[in-house]
Amino acid sequence: MPGNVQSVERAASMLQLLAEENEPLTLQQIAGALSLAKGTAHGLLRTLVDVGFIEQVHPAGPYRVSAELFRLGVDRLDLNELRARALNWTDALAARTGESTRVAAFRQGHVVVAHHVFSADETRQTLVTGTYVPLHASALGKILLAFDPGAARSIIGQELPSLTYRTVTDRFALQRELAVIRDVGWAAAVEESEPGICSIAASIRDRGGHVVAAVGIEGPVEQLCDERSRPRPGLVTQVVRAGRAISRELGHGRDE
Amino acid sequence: MSAPEKYIAALDQGTTSTRCMLFDHGGHMVSIAQREHRQYFPQPGWVEHDASEIWSIVKRIMPQALADAGADPEDVVALGVTNQRETTVVWDRSTGVPVSRAIVWQDTRSSSVLDRIAATLGAETITRLTGLPLTGYFSGPKLRWLLDGDEHLRMRAERGDLLFGTMDSWITWNLTGGVDGGLHVTDVTNASRTMLMNLETLDWDPELLRALDVPAVMLPQIVPTIGVLGRTVEPLAGIPIGALIGDQQASLFGQTAFDAGDAKCTFGTGSFLLLNTGTEIVRPESGLISTVAHKVENEPTSYALEGSVAVAGGLVQWCRDSLGLIRHTSEIETLAAGVADNGGCYVVPAFSGLFAPLWEPRAQGVIVGLTSYVTKAHIARAVLEASAWQTKDIVEAMNSAGGTPAKSLTVDGGMTADNLLMQLVADVLDIPVVRPMMAETVALGAAYAAGLAAGYWADRDELRRQWHRAAEWQPAMDPVRRKAEYGNWLHAVSLTQGWGRRS
Repeated sequence: MPGNVQSVERAASMLQLLAEENEPLTLQQIAGALSLAKGTAHGLLRTLVDVGFIEQVHPAGPYRVSAELFRLGVDRLDLNELRARALNWTDALAARTGESTRVAAFRQGHVVVAHHVFSADETRQTLVTGTYVPLHASALGKILLAFDPGAARSIIGQELPSLTYRTVTDRFALQRELAVIRDVGWAAAVEESEPGICSIAASIRDRGGHVVAAVGIEGPVEQLCDERSRPRPGLVTQVVRAGRAISRELGHGRDE
Repeated sequence: MSAPEKYIAALDQGTTSTRCMLFDHGGHMVSIAQREHRQYFPQPGWVEHDASEIWSIVKRIMPQALADAGADPEDVVALGVTNQRETTVVWDRSTGVPVSRAIVWQDTRSSSVLDRIAATLGAETITRLTGLPLTGYFSGPKLRWLLDGDEHLRMRAERGDLLFGTMDSWITWNLTGGVDGGLHVTDVTNASRTMLMNLETLDWDPELLRALDVPAVMLPQIVPTIGVLGRTVEPLAGIPIGALIGDQQASLFGQTAFDAGDAKCTFGTGSFLLLNTGTEIVRPESGLISTVAHKVENEPTSYALEGSVAVAGGLVQWCRDSLGLIRHTSEIETLAAGVADNGGCYVVPAFSGLFAPLWEPRAQGVIVGLTSYVTKAHIARAVLEASAWQTKDIVEAMNSAGGTPAKSLTVDGGMTADNLLMQLVADVLDIPVVRPMMAETVALGAAYAAGLAAGYWADRDELRRQWHRAAEWQPAMDPVRRKAEYGNWLHAVSLTQGWGRRS
């Protein structure tokens, strides 16, 4: 039987150490406390920062356990519960816009569709609940990239595959777009995952203000966009409102 | 500047919670405020609610729903009230205080008075007059149990000091002023569940009042389902009340199942399949109920056949509240999805005896097929399967009563958020299951009814055009497995009767 993996043991000791301290610790202090070479300690700390278990107060600053670690598993919103809470508002969004409506969250490296409402055009449609949408080429995915640190970390060092000629595959272009999304609070993907298809999405926040999911509509580009391929402002407003309503359902902005 | 948006409000007083919703002209929900109330289980088979608590929740959520929509009372064109049916409240006319906790529709205690009723009027005659089987589910026997158990109470009732009502009556009386001139009314759909109303005359029937030994003086006035009956005084003044309608009839209306042959199945605390039979009363068979679908003043009454299942979502709630198996009801799907089958385990939730099609008040719930192999995930799966099989039982009864088998099942209610359950229902019925683009059809139906009364919507065609398909599940179960599983289910059901009949 193989022995314990030394680096996992060391990483666990680091987490224990940081969790017990009230103040952030420097690399020097951590390496000293655990009798590790500075290079070894630094490598482990870098990895723990990348997976989101610890964070630095400022770049090159001391380390502390990230708030995310304490939410690990405990508060994670059940996707079936998310669907039940979103149901009324996604129905209203689908009915108002006439477009197919989805709610998605980031799970195990993928944007998973938690809920799907058919478009109102009465064509034959199939539920896509449980399937994935592309992280960098869909409005739902971009919302999660912009606001969910786990989703953002998952594309570090990964290639952004081109799905259509309009897919944003340049990392810097994508980062610039995510910054805008964080400012305006909604995202769009116009023919970026599939020719002729556009999607618009907004964030869903929990009681604590964390973005836990995204809600959006998807449909033919001529229905969702104006002549200049810009998302129609009326539809954007509806999507943002639905996101706010579902967030309120999850306790965001409610006193009780 | 355009005129401010006008809305229709719906007040849905359900078994576990009360909600107030505002709808716009497109029938889209604009706001929702809701709150659960406490469930009392003082003895096995007993279920009670505190009617005062429910009224205080109404007072709190109505203003909240309007505030969330940014609406003033004058922006609300009409209010529709819909309610858990049969739940029985008796209160003091001069103080407005209930004499006891409300006896909830799931409560089985009144089966003890059925023999006394049958001694005066035969069960067959009662069914002919009311469309209902002689069981304790309906509010008349519950009222009889209350009055039989307390001589002083009966005396006060006969003196005219006490008022009886189902939740629609209690809420409306309070909304319209309570002790200061509150309207004591009930609508025909709710009255058709009392066992005191004649299904043809739509009035209290002297023969039934005699058999159930209920003083007429305590009964509310029966009004049509749709039609403005007054204005609210509390908690917001001046909103016209446009409709009173029992919850299952409301969801039939909300599905725009206006015509004979239209049907729906609602998955709530219980599950209820209603088939609109048009203006004809279809005499019930196969354990079904004949009931009023809705009535507009001076128009012919619409009737329905109903298959009633007492426990559906209620079983999931029990897993959460009494077993602690899950933290939120939706987690039942997460848990159940962890296994591919039930592992040989079956749950039959005969908590209130069995309703349709067997009507066996003495049956008690069972969990069978336990081995060390069975995990909580298997039990969760069996819990969802129980709702699917019970639906099959009432669909089969409806098929044999209606003559033509259903080609698809239109569903609604909060449990339709459970995709695994909906797939199971499609699998066991072997027909597609369709959810409309508004799962909360109970509130929507009450809003539709009130909005029609107030002229907010022109006619029913306008409402039909608002119906859209939101989701559909196709059957995918192997027929051999379906047959074997159904056999197991029926065997488990027979065990609930055997267990209940012991002693």
